[in-house]
Amino acid sequence: MSLFYFVAFLSVFFSLLVIFSKNPVHSVLYLILTFFTFTIHYFLLNAQFLGIVNFIVYMGAILVLFLYTLMLMNLNHDTEPLKSNLLKVIGVIAGGCLLVTLIASLKISGNSEIVVLKDPNLGLVKNLGNVLFHQFLLPFEVSSILLLSAMVGAVLLAKKES
Amino acid sequence: MELSLVIEKFILVAVIFGISLVTAMYSTYAERKVAAFLQDRIGPNRAGPFGIFQPMADGAKMFMKEEIIPTQSSGLLFIVGPSLAILTACIGSAVIPWGQQLTIGSRVIDLQVTDINVGILYIFGVVSLGVYGIMIGGWASNNKYSLLGAIRAASQNISYEIAMGLSIIALLMLTGTLSLKEIAQQQHGFWANGWFTWNVFRQPLGFLIFIICAFAETNRSPFDLPECETELVGGYHTEYSSMKLGFYLFAEYINMFISSAVMATLYFGGYNFPFMHHLGLSENLVTILGVVALFAKIIFFIFFFMWVRWTIPRFRYDQLMDLGWKVLIPLAIANIVLTGIFATVFK
Repeated sequence: MSLFYFVAFLSVFFSLLVIFSKNPVHSVLYLILTFFTFTIHYFLLNAQFLGIVNFIVYMGAILVLFLYTLMLMNLNHDTEPLKSNLLKVIGVIAGGCLLVTLIASLKISGNSEIVVLKDPNLGLVKNLGNVLFHQFLLPFEVSSILLLSAMVGAVLLAKKES
Repeated sequence: MELSLVIEKFILVAVIFGISLVTAMYSTYAERKVAAFLQDRIGPNRAGPFGIFQPMADGAKMFMKEEIIPTQSSGLLFIVGPSLAILTACIGSAVIPWGQQLTIGSRVIDLQVTDINVGILYIFGVVSLGVYGIMIGGWASNNKYSLLGAIRAASQNISYEIAMGLSIIALLMLTGTLSLKEIAQQQHGFWANGWFTWNVFRQPLGFLIFIICAFAETNRSPFDLPECETELVGGYHTEYSSMKLGFYLFAEYINMFISSAVMATLYFGGYNFPFMHHLGLSENLVTILGVVALFAKIIFFIFFFMWVRWTIPRFRYDQLMDLGWKVLIPLAIANIVLTGIFATVFK
């Protein structure tokens, strides 16, 4: 349990650093560390497959592309456009509204019932595969079509440019 | 966990770590000797007989050189780059089964550090992490050429990871497990049920795709565009000197060693060798011979890496991307479909 609290603290800490660091590349690097702590969370829950897939897909591919784009853009203090005061005021109001909503919804929700995991080995590759390809076959295939359509859309957009 | 197990694993980790480093050291020597052989030269021959102490001399030279951190670089990240490169190179060896079991007295020792049931995916994760060392180093140098090298490395690694993953899916359809230990066990011996047991004979196309992607992932020629000296000075490590440069170069050789070990385990039977249980030898001797067989395969693959480097010229960048996206990925998908048909027909 203490391990969980330590890792959870690290997750929150690094995700705060993502927001507060001035340099966008540093932000992405902290985001990578945040995702790494998520991987540890998955392993603590004995979801090995999800953990390692999170590691490969998010840390190994998506954030590499984030980093790639930010490195190409070469953002620094000199090129950053100055934001007008009006924008800042609007931002503060919007953020405050979000905060109020979040606190209100937290107050209403009360304590949730604790979900008890019946099979602690559910996260292992074999069991997860069985569940995905028997019980949830249709949603699984439908979501794959969703991804495919997104991919086709991206290719079409890229073709239009050239 | 009992203490003896901890000690056993510790010794195993230390030995594997040492072997990785020594192999990487002597790969630098072998690279120069192979290059010399292929170009009809003699190669390094001053330090010791046949130049056998050359890697030590090179190492000492690297440590003695002045260490320069450019004033315009982003301090900490400049150091994190090479550290991450060498770290990710070293941790890949944890899931490779180096041999069967050794029996010493009443104790049975597995010659594998850990057998997690997502072994292949672990290696994949480590490989995908490896690109960060190059990217961070290239960006922190604050140099256009370094940045270009880093960006090339990133896009190249991501492109070839996809084809590599698809080629492995076809293999997994046949083995039905992600654990490297079980995959090695399934390739027991050399011949069974009227066909070869090694996966290379069941997945020839998959192996071809995998080895091409392995070349790209380790940034070896003909895919060494991130450090293409004719265009980018030195690529991502232009600004590095002393042992930080050494770490980058060293990481490449360790990566080569690990990917050779992975290829030998996945496709060439790992520690298995023909007639291993028909020679009438004791179990321990078979295990030791198995380790020797695995290392023979690894050394062959390392030699193959070097052979290709000094034979084939470098790709152009658009050719590299075309090969990855328009040739290897469709081929890998076709391989998956074919494997599926074969697996259902010849069950």
